[in-house]
Amino acid sequence: MTTQSSSKAQGLSGMVQDWSADKEAFEVPWGKAMMWIFLLSDTFVFGCFLIGYMAVRIAAVDPWPPATDVFALTIAGQSIPLVLIAIMTFILITSSGTMAMAVNYGYRKNRHKAAWLMLLTALLGLTFVGMQAFEWTKLIEDGVRPWENPWGAAQFGAVFFMVTGFHGLHVSIGVIYLTIVAIKVLRGHYEKKGYEIIEITGLYWHFVDLVWVFIFAFFYLW
Amino acid sequence: MNTSTSEGQQHPISLYLKVWVLLFILSALSYMVDYVQLEGLLRWSLILIFMFLKAGLIIAIFMHMMWERMALICAILIPPLCLLVFVALMVAESEYTLFTRFSFFS
Repeated sequence: MTTQSSSKAQGLSGMVQDWSADKEAFEVPWGKAMMWIFLLSDTFVFGCFLIGYMAVRIAAVDPWPPATDVFALTIAGQSIPLVLIAIMTFILITSSGTMAMAVNYGYRKNRHKAAWLMLLTALLGLTFVGMQAFEWTKLIEDGVRPWENPWGAAQFGAVFFMVTGFHGLHVSIGVIYLTIVAIKVLRGHYEKKGYEIIEITGLYWHFVDLVWVFIFAFFYLW
Repeated sequence: MNTSTSEGQQHPISLYLKVWVLLFILSALSYMVDYVQLEGLLRWSLILIFMFLKAGLIIAIFMHMMWERMALICAILIPPLCLLVFVALMVAESEYTLFTRFSFFS
């Protein structure tokens, strides 16, 4: 680990300098570089899921079930399309906001504020997972299975459980990860080391939010 | 203003709040696309535009990508473009699958 700070190389010539010089290429804490590389690999995992979904949907002979109606909820006698998914989307975006603020307070060495914002982020994540569990329950009661459903193309269930399930798993792991790091922050384990760890945790959490943006667009709106 | 040092990323909280509000508005707009039941080209171009705007804001601001060095930006953002090639391959493949299903199973 080098401690010498080099001048901030700009643009493409800066990139060439960074990659050709005999030093670290990225000049970020190694944990942050590792998290970015992990997220890049995860991009390919979710990318493959969504491409697989596209492939089975194009090749489906039966009509694709209309998400608008499938995910509608009846509230106070009124059927509102996609309402639960919309609320889940807003919750996840809000959790991204609180996470960004937690990172900020961490770098300001305000560890109590940072930790409580992280716990709030985790709580919002937990709310998201809870709503997803409710959504799954409702669909399973309606007779959706990975191999069949009452509305149309049989591939719908397989895609739905795979994609939202894998994303929900990511959210759940994120909640556990956030909680562990928040507790360690509260106890002052990072006082000496610095608070990059919050930014690294934040990168993971924003990524989960980012994946949901694509799932929301392609699976629920398309 | 914005400094990105070895101390880590430091940006004003007001910036995050503005992005947060913007993401809320974009999400509301993409929900409205479905709610008012837009159809055809208008529908899916709007869905894609709002999706890319949201994704861009999250990566650039919340994940601090716009303040990182070009070396990191390129290392992370260029490889996913391979997925576009994969998409093109799978579109061709699944069109063919559909064609054969109609030819032999209907």
